[in-house]
Amino acid sequence: MKAHVYVTMRRGVLEPQGRAVQKSLENLGYTQVKGVRIGKFIEVELDGVSRQEAENILEEICRKLLANPVIEDFRFEIVEE
Amino acid sequence: MKAAVCVFPGSNCDHDCYHVLKHVMGLDTEFVWHRERDLSRFDIIVVPGGFTYGDYLRTGAMAKLSPIMEGITEEAKKGKPVIGICNGFQILIEGGLLPGALIANRSLKFICSYVYLRTETSNTPFTAGIEKGRVLKIPIAHYQGNYFAHPDLLKELNDNDQVVFRYCSPEGEVTDEANPNGSLENIAGVCNRERNVVGMMPHPERCAERELGSVDGRLLFESVVNYVAG
Repeated sequence: MKAHVYVTMRRGVLEPQGRAVQKSLENLGYTQVKGVRIGKFIEVELDGVSRQEAENILEEICRKLLANPVIEDFRFEIVEE
Repeated sequence: MKAAVCVFPGSNCDHDCYHVLKHVMGLDTEFVWHRERDLSRFDIIVVPGGFTYGDYLRTGAMAKLSPIMEGITEEAKKGKPVIGICNGFQILIEGGLLPGALIANRSLKFICSYVYLRTETSNTPFTAGIEKGRVLKIPIAHYQGNYFAHPDLLKELNDNDQVVFRYCSPEGEVTDEANPNGSLENIAGVCNRERNVVGMMPHPERCAERELGSVDGRLLFESVVNYVAG
């Protein structure tokens, strides 16, 4: 089973990389781009678990390690059974 | 009096801390590898700076799961003085021993320079000998030292006198120009609610001898030695 995990900075937390990229896009002429926020994309493979078990495990590992709930939000999706 | 310097894969300020504790302060000092769990023989615990686990995922995120964290947490609960410096601060924050978060500097640059800090409280083992308001000159060297806390937590830190140091001008004014990394309210160091665990981004171990340009860092080590000696 394969899952995709997305970890992003929470609203209200400064994300300086995204801001720098937005400035660069402005320099390229893309003045329509008003916001860029960079996060993390993590691929997780699981073995020998039901879909429900996998969801529980993913929720747990996001809280314990993959994301820092003080500054980051996370979401995940199971992309391969 | 026994001091521990915790060593993780990727610690790189461990020898500086060891040198100051052992040769400047004259303490019985030991390196303790991160696989150990029992720190009960120590009176003072130092979590030094570095790039533990290559800063993978987030600074301190891997180190917080090392076995030694159990020992650090246990001794901290007993009230023993624990200090996390730079990456050590990041590790203690990730491990839940200190509040808040440390994110990338607003300049997106690694900053290595002397800064000025205003001592905000004498009510911790590491600042007990430093009068409130005193300005210290201590260097920083980090990429992720931008202190963040949600408004509720920030209020709590201020209300409980948990802000230990703020970045300031040489005269002690807390201004945005004196803020090297974008930390909220210029916060450079905090303590836990029980006050025995302190974390700070600046490096007191790098300025504890006259040859190194400042001896202000020694004040923190003297404070904790006097605190433990009672």
